[in-house]
Amino acid sequence: MKILLSGTASDSHTWNLVYLRLFLEEQGHEVVGLGPCAPAELLVAGCLRHAPDAVVLSSVNGHGYRDGLAAVRRLRAEPALAALPVVLGGKLGVAGLRQEADVARLTEAGCDAVLGEDLDALREFLAARARREVPA
Amino acid sequence: MTAAPAADFGRFVAASAAAGRLVVQPRMGFGDPARMRAGLARTRAATAHTAGTLTVDSYTRVGDLAAARAAVADGARLNGYPIAAHSPATTRTVLDGLCDADFPVQVRHGSARPLAIVRALTAAGLDATEGGPVSYCLPYGRTPLRESVTAWARACELLSTGARPGAVPHLESFGGCLLGQLCPPGLLVATSVLECLFFARFGLRSVSLSYAQQTDPAQDEEALRALHRLAAEFLPADVDHHVVLYTYMGVYPRTEQGATRLLEASARLAVRSGAGRLIVKTTAEAHRIPTVEENVRALETAAAAAALAGPPAPGPTTGGDGEVYEEARTLIETVLGLHPDLARALPAAFERGLLDVPFCLHPDNAGRSLGFVDPGGRLRWARTGAMPIRPDAAADAAPLTSAGLLTALHHVADRYDSPRHRDGGDDHDRPQAAALAV
Repeated sequence: MKILLSGTASDSHTWNLVYLRLFLEEQGHEVVGLGPCAPAELLVAGCLRHAPDAVVLSSVNGHGYRDGLAAVRRLRAEPALAALPVVLGGKLGVAGLRQEADVARLTEAGCDAVLGEDLDALREFLAARARREVPA
Repeated sequence: MTAAPAADFGRFVAASAAAGRLVVQPRMGFGDPARMRAGLARTRAATAHTAGTLTVDSYTRVGDLAAARAAVADGARLNGYPIAAHSPATTRTVLDGLCDADFPVQVRHGSARPLAIVRALTAAGLDATEGGPVSYCLPYGRTPLRESVTAWARACELLSTGARPGAVPHLESFGGCLLGQLCPPGLLVATSVLECLFFARFGLRSVSLSYAQQTDPAQDEEALRALHRLAAEFLPADVDHHVVLYTYMGVYPRTEQGATRLLEASARLAVRSGAGRLIVKTTAEAHRIPTVEENVRALETAAAAAALAGPPAPGPTTGGDGEVYEEARTLIETVLGLHPDLARALPAAFERGLLDVPFCLHPDNAGRSLGFVDPGGRLRWARTGAMPIRPDAAADAAPLTSAGLLTALHHVADRYDSPRHRDGGDDHDRPQAAALAV
């Protein structure tokens, strides 16, 4: 699968992105990386340009909920990207605890999965979508 | 409410050093002014020789002041103090009666376009901050380097002319951190020196050179001595300067014992190598943004370890003539040789790959260099790209894998979390070397 990997708008963290690129490539995926601090507009432009099979957003700075929500809403506002699988991983808030209400709002906005730091879940999420893509 | 009385940051650190006391400082920022004030008050009251910190939130850092204001309006919890969203009067209220000659406060941010932040801090009567045209651009976002250099030149001029009459504004280079880990020390030291030279050329008369604790105490000490020596050699004589050490900036130990031992090791390293100031990390670091209480405990732990470390080793400014010194000096001289104006030399150096930050994803970084942890625990170059320095001949040519990267990133945390690392000693009882990570 072709995966667009991106940091969120206000998040400058890079190691998560360096690691995820290697991790995803080792799963056999092709990775287009947008790098850290990617605003929603840049994310949309990147998706339209590269036509990925899935988007992986990674956030660790404590603004994951706000930035992730804005990114997902902006993606879903674009008709061509309405069905593009989008997954958000990392931290949602500054408290270090997963807020289920935040997860629910992200899901309502069209985020297909909110995964925390569980890489097995990410691998499974992508594998499930890859299987769907295999022609019958 | 009055303007904060003179609290010249550089003078405060110099006086502390003369009295044999290490200045310790947290990273601390809250969106809510009352919480921010309480945090500063607790920092000031800590049993330690402290300086205060206002860490700015990341919306303000990336220049999205509208998002910072919206978050304030929503009452959302921010990861720092939105200094440009709150009014100068509000910030003065936060500082009133706390920030003075005995307790200077520095604004820490991470912005490649720091003008709004510098305007806001000077308007609130503050005059100490940190960052740099390279160190707050390349590892921290996507602002083009040339724009960051222009913005930082303007910010330096604004800071050096916009402060209160009689004040000596202070600017610290973040160049000793870059991505926090897996960058060999020569490039960290060179970046700190080059950025402080940049600050001096754009008007600053008081600067500090940073270095972040890395994987090996002996190599770190060598790097700090090189930093002292190169600062003396390259900075103008009329520019006040000191060295600031950052407690480990990479993946932090998860156990309380491991986290505490790493912090204590950094405090001893600071004393041993003549740093005037230490920015601490807390036991919560691996898990979340620390509370005020955790920060105060870290400050007191570091201060106690520093006090027990005794006087600095003789002549902390001597001896810095090893590998790190040679590497850093070569990098500095190469950049200075490109153009007499550092505002042009720095972008030119990155364009040609003469400076190349390992693992940095920024489009203006060549991305051909690679660092690794050698079997003895020292940081070395696996690849140096077009930089005028040589890679380590012994570097393993195995490709970088996600597992190898993870091992390297966790090298320090694993060592300090290991029950075998009992004595907290910096130079003894080191567990077996972790796997190579190139």
